[in-house]
Amino acid sequence: MLRAFGSVLRRDIVVTGKDLVAFLAQVLLQPVFFLFVFGKLLTSLGYTSSNYSSLLFPGLVALTATVTAIQAMAFPLVAEFSWTKEIEDRLLAPLPLWAVAAEKVVFATLRALVASAVMFPIGIGVLGSVPYRADGLGLLIGVVLLGSLVGACIGMTIGTFVPPTKINIAFALIFTPLLFTGATQYPWPSLAQHLRWFQVLSAANPITYVSEGMRAALVPTIPHIPGWVCLLALAGSLALFGTLGMIGFRRRAID
Amino acid sequence: MEVRELVKRYPKAQTDAVDRLTFAVASGEIFGLLGPNGAGKSTTIGILTTRVRPTAGQALIANVDVMVAPRTVRSLLGVVPQRNNLDRSLSVRQNLLFHAAYHGVPKAVRTRRAEALLEQFALTDRANEKPELFSGGQNQRMMIARALMHEPRVLFLDEPSTGLDPAARLFVWDRIRELRAAGVTIVLTTHDMDEAAALADRVGIVDSGRLLALDTPAALVRGLTTGASLQIVVELADELALAELLGRLGTLAGVQRCEQVGTEAAGHTIRLYLTGEAAAMVAPVGAAVAEVGARLIGVQICEASLEDVFIDLTGRRLR
Repeated sequence: MLRAFGSVLRRDIVVTGKDLVAFLAQVLLQPVFFLFVFGKLLTSLGYTSSNYSSLLFPGLVALTATVTAIQAMAFPLVAEFSWTKEIEDRLLAPLPLWAVAAEKVVFATLRALVASAVMFPIGIGVLGSVPYRADGLGLLIGVVLLGSLVGACIGMTIGTFVPPTKINIAFALIFTPLLFTGATQYPWPSLAQHLRWFQVLSAANPITYVSEGMRAALVPTIPHIPGWVCLLALAGSLALFGTLGMIGFRRRAID
Repeated sequence: MEVRELVKRYPKAQTDAVDRLTFAVASGEIFGLLGPNGAGKSTTIGILTTRVRPTAGQALIANVDVMVAPRTVRSLLGVVPQRNNLDRSLSVRQNLLFHAAYHGVPKAVRTRRAEALLEQFALTDRANEKPELFSGGQNQRMMIARALMHEPRVLFLDEPSTGLDPAARLFVWDRIRELRAAGVTIVLTTHDMDEAAALADRVGIVDSGRLLALDTPAALVRGLTTGASLQIVVELADELALAELLGRLGTLAGVQRCEQVGTEAAGHTIRLYLTGEAAAMVAPVGAAVAEVGARLIGVQICEASLEDVFIDLTGRRLR
């Protein structure tokens, strides 16, 4: 079974490998512009203070990891189940159903990890330097890994529950709120005095815990949610969306 | 391959898509599963290929229960779907190689097997191309070749020659017969009665989830209450002669009934439904026509076909 699982994973890697540049452009264009306009441009013009970029950068890595994983999962899944039917050949392989789903999660996570790793050299290129702390490395890896896994499972949930004809509208309605309530561009604890309702809303977005966990790892001087709380919240999200995604996958794969 | 008392009811459905279906297919047999749209063919194949969960009953592939050991079953069967589900991101050769890899075929074996199948299915020239721009015939050949990469014991083919040109269709038929000769059991679903009659050792006709008939194509045709028929065109002096002719023809031995089916400038067309062979009736019918002073200007023998059996069992209603 491990060999078959490996073959399915190898197929995805071979296909992405042929299109590596397109893949990176697709996932990195948005965070690069964010970084440039909000981290560099506004700071240079004096509209934001220079520490804003060290607050923003961890948040953008978090956003890249999660959103890349969601997209790497949801769009191909919708297409493969509805239009191209490409997934059928794998569903008819002597693999358990969960293994076919798990491979998709592993692959989406790999893509997300590559994209977030590439954010560091890009951050250095755009900002001159990025916050880094060797002490925070373990937490950083844990948070990015869990964030990517959660993203993949959210993608699987969306990709299997939303009817294919509604996927475009669903993405428009899901993505924008996800993008701006994930504590990517602001530190979550600071909302307590100013915008309590928005703080509550942000707490419901799993990306918040990736962003805050990244700040705990890279820039602990900025107020943040403790690392262990982030890891726990992400593990909970993983259990929730992992279960939902698997239910959805089973529903689409077997009548 | 065997199904016993198989039932499938989809959630929210009023009736069973498959309703206590029971039949068996012998090893090395070509079995045709026929039925109108929505008859339950696809659901039955879905259950046998582990993609649909039955509500009740049992389905076995090589004595392995599809519900108990779906993974083992999947390693025993190959599926050629009606709709193209090739991997568009991979080349023709990679499609074959990856399929075998998913099935755990060792690398040396799958490489050798892929080359042989590419050659056999006339795909070697385009083996490194992606299947995006392929014709229906090429896609079909590729899907059959892919399904054979793990040497399945049972091969399911859904409408294998729909949309193919005559040459491609004959090519596919030849490959299917070769597979039978090699001992592969083949389950064919089709709307094409000529295809079923040409290929299948036995056919099962289903409608509303039930098996209506199961036999060799020849036996099913023989079993029709309406056998062969004869269609004649006659030139008559007047309408009176027509009534007399119909009366005489109707009482001929071997004629079940006869009716006028059309009137053109050339003459009246009459159809005779026969109990026996059509050719033997040409002479007595000709004599009867002469007796009423009419002139026989056309004769056509219409042997019953599997299509007549199909229409007889499932009706003419559109679905």
